[in-house]
Amino acid sequence: MIPTYEEIYSALAERHGAELQKKLSLARTAVCGLGGLGSNIAVCLVRAGVGHVRIIDFDRVDISNINRQQYFLEQIGQYKTDALYEILKRINPYCEVVRTNVRLNEKNIPEILASEDVICEAFDDPESKAELVNCVLERLPEKYLIAASGMAGLFSANAIKTRKIAKRFYLSGDGESDVSEGTGLVSSRVMVCAAHQAHKAIQLINEEFQEEQK
Amino acid sequence: MVRINGEMIDASGKSIAQLLEALGYSPQRVAVELNVEIVPKASYSETFVKDGDSVEIVRFVGGG
Repeated sequence: MIPTYEEIYSALAERHGAELQKKLSLARTAVCGLGGLGSNIAVCLVRAGVGHVRIIDFDRVDISNINRQQYFLEQIGQYKTDALYEILKRINPYCEVVRTNVRLNEKNIPEILASEDVICEAFDDPESKAELVNCVLERLPEKYLIAASGMAGLFSANAIKTRKIAKRFYLSGDGESDVSEGTGLVSSRVMVCAAHQAHKAIQLINEEFQEEQK
Repeated sequence: MVRINGEMIDASGKSIAQLLEALGYSPQRVAVELNVEIVPKASYSETFVKDGDSVEIVRFVGGG
């Protein structure tokens, strides 16, 4: 038997406090890229009771993803948007999860992200990361943006930090460890970075948002 | 002197494009802030730094 909206909401409010829970439930977030970073970020946000999460990817679940991404074996071959939608709805069926099954580029980014407040960059390709970040900073300067750079390998988890780069732009990661240098992506370290991004999103929602927003 | 990623460098008069090249950054893999304002990618060649400026070059590496 699935609990009602009110039951889940009050359980969350009991953990987080009524004020924070109200802000979380009104927040509009987007996760761009649903791999090791994005699938974990989205799970964190939905577990925390964020009311709206737009999940964006064009790719399908592959067996090589299972080592660090939230998907299950029987989801191999599904679109990541559909597979993650199922997972998120099992965590909180009342969260508004919007699937956007496209490859983001500088032409479609402004429109797709127009109605979101907090944007998490979670791509793997460095040029796609830079394209999204530049496009959001140039075209959507009112958005909060949390990007990631450097989470590959078995280096110390403590090297992963989140720092504020500009007024509404934050960067998580160690800034250096590149997947192309042969170290690979390990679940634990990728999840540390994803959790940094999700945590910054939740902090910003707490600090910057008003309870009556939208 | 220009502050670039926290380090003082004698770079006054150089364009952002020249700075990126001199410091070994790929322009396709960075975002650049000049005095906490984003520098549009299309303006890297026409944006020049002067003494007292602060430049933040964010470099993206692969993995996610």
